[in-house]
Amino acid sequence: MTALIELAGVTKVYGGGFGPSTVALQNLSFSISDSAPSTTAVAGESGSGKTTLARMILGFIRPTLGQVLYRGKDVSAMSGTERRQFRREVQPIFQDPFDVFNPFYRVDHVLTIPVRRFGLAHSDAEARRLIEDALRRVGLRPQDTLGRFPHELSGGQRQRIMVARAVLLRPKLIMADEPVSMVDASLRATILDELRTLNRELGISIVYITHDLTTAYQICDNIMVLYQGTVAEAGSVDRVIRDPRHPYTQLLVSSIPLTDRTHAWGGEELKIPEASAGRSSDGCKFAPRCPHVLDECWSKVPPKFQLEPDRLATCFLHRDRPILKSEDVAAVFKASDSAEIGSA
Amino acid sequence: MEQPPGTPSSPSSTEPVFVVENLRVQYDTISGAAKAVDGVSFALRAGERLGLIGESGSGKTTMATALMRLTRAPARITSGRILLEGRDVLKMTDRELRAVRLRDIALVPQGAMSSLNPVMRLEDQVIDAIVAHSPRTSKADLDARVVELLGRVGLPPGVARKYPHELSGGMKQRAVMAIATSMQPKVIVADEPTSALDVVVQRQVMQTLGRLQSGLGAAVVLIGHDMGLIAQFADTVGVMYAGKLVEIGPVDEVIASPRHPYTRLLIDSLPSLSAKRSLSGIPGLPPPLVDLPPGCSFNPRCPFAFDRCRRETPLLQELGPLRRAACHLYPEHNALPPIPPQGVAEHREAGP
Repeated sequence: MTALIELAGVTKVYGGGFGPSTVALQNLSFSISDSAPSTTAVAGESGSGKTTLARMILGFIRPTLGQVLYRGKDVSAMSGTERRQFRREVQPIFQDPFDVFNPFYRVDHVLTIPVRRFGLAHSDAEARRLIEDALRRVGLRPQDTLGRFPHELSGGQRQRIMVARAVLLRPKLIMADEPVSMVDASLRATILDELRTLNRELGISIVYITHDLTTAYQICDNIMVLYQGTVAEAGSVDRVIRDPRHPYTQLLVSSIPLTDRTHAWGGEELKIPEASAGRSSDGCKFAPRCPHVLDECWSKVPPKFQLEPDRLATCFLHRDRPILKSEDVAAVFKASDSAEIGSA
Repeated sequence: MEQPPGTPSSPSSTEPVFVVENLRVQYDTISGAAKAVDGVSFALRAGERLGLIGESGSGKTTMATALMRLTRAPARITSGRILLEGRDVLKMTDRELRAVRLRDIALVPQGAMSSLNPVMRLEDQVIDAIVAHSPRTSKADLDARVVELLGRVGLPPGVARKYPHELSGGMKQRAVMAIATSMQPKVIVADEPTSALDVVVQRQVMQTLGRLQSGLGAAVVLIGHDMGLIAQFADTVGVMYAGKLVEIGPVDEVIASPRHPYTRLLIDSLPSLSAKRSLSGIPGLPPPLVDLPPGCSFNPRCPFAFDRCRRETPLLQELGPLRRAACHLYPEHNALPPIPPQGVAEHREAGP
């Protein structure tokens, strides 16, 4: 079985030339299944490489090393027809609901273009029906939405139009890069719920890039936590977020400001230096900030230790565990629970 | 008119240092006056932490600027009093205002990146603030103060010689806090101080702010949109909707049993780590400030709205010690009834 998208040992280095270079992603292997829809969160702080990963999956940037494969074919060497199919099956939703619209066109534009480009409809009436159906699916009323200009709609509405646009094409994968970080709290939940519904009802895989672990926990089954371009911990959200085992994930989870004050930050100020401070490490990237750092962390890159069937952590604290046999991080992921389809 | 909350109980406490009474700020726009802050009142004693929460367009940032009297056209403060230790900030001359800013009331602005001068070394920006208030400080004293102030926010002395672009976002926000607290203000207004920071850095910055504030015994007004952050930091939370304070009370009580339907729905829309459930947003959209619905501004989105809500604007009413909410459900009810699920679904269909 070939994967829909496969990242095979990708590394992305920015810069070089005259300035210093930055390794945004380091030797990452990750695949998204073609047959079993899944929901995967990619979480991390700024500089963790999560947006680089998103852009690579979308074929916007090429890896410095390694390959991005779409149905087994290298994305950078596809024929026109293959590329069109790739563009249809892998749909993006971007962070900024203000930037993706051309202010001179009515919002209909972003919906009619893909219908025409991909020949989804045989008549105008059919096109209209498809568009209205997609809008209703994301909770928008077509009569209140079509014919408007972008500035007449709220950020939340604009973002829902982008979700509708993605739905219109019935893709295999929606790659959502921080889709709700610029949307108000009261609308955020609705948009995320719609994404999860698309996964359950239409079998669309979701990759949700975020810095917010609570929403990742709520809408995804799997999570990959990135730290400076490497995977810190990955697996089912129940394991990784409820019971983190990598010191970085533990730090992230304990820093989430929860309304439940029994999980308070406490008065103790965090002594861990910020990412930019401290000595650099040739081994584990997190070593300079890690409260449990060991000698070998500074020189050796920790392999992927498999803690449970559905979780890996790249940390020497777990060296008594077996090393994951597969290079692919998705080996510890599970497909969406089909029993849940329709019941939500 | 309503009494500022905070005053009624806790008889042992001292006089409030910061009292805001019936503050109104409006933007004069082509389509009419937008009342971004509409009759807001609250009071803070030394050492108290008030979190003001609201979504975009609820008047939060307008409020922060007005508290510092930094309001600029097209916005203007149309009425109210801002009493800083009994003196009305809104009646001060420019000279008096310059004297109290930073020394008595300081702002930690949103986005530290744009509040530091990119072509000045950090030490010069810190010194600038001190010299403005005590011009005859010696060079040696100033240098010592810079190191001390940076140390207080957890920055090494070497940072003093750096330019803002050489610092990370968290370090810049700390530097801004060092400047804001350099004259040991009695009131700190923090407007989304961590909105651009990662969660770990956010936690560090907020803990630094908390430590500074406790050390100074200052009152803090933290303005934000993240209920979790406010729950972690503040003692009292005020919820803003369409320019009005719709609920205020102790954080734990408000989160455990909110009285205003908007507060309830806002809390319910937050994803938690405790249980997976279907996420539900608040149906509809916040109203445009130039065209508020008659009566309660929340009535078109409220699952409990009845006739009176569409006619009469509810005032903040006392619902218990330190607790106030502006909702017509009270005083007939003693708690917020459960949200009817089908009511929400109906609105969701109807919402644009």
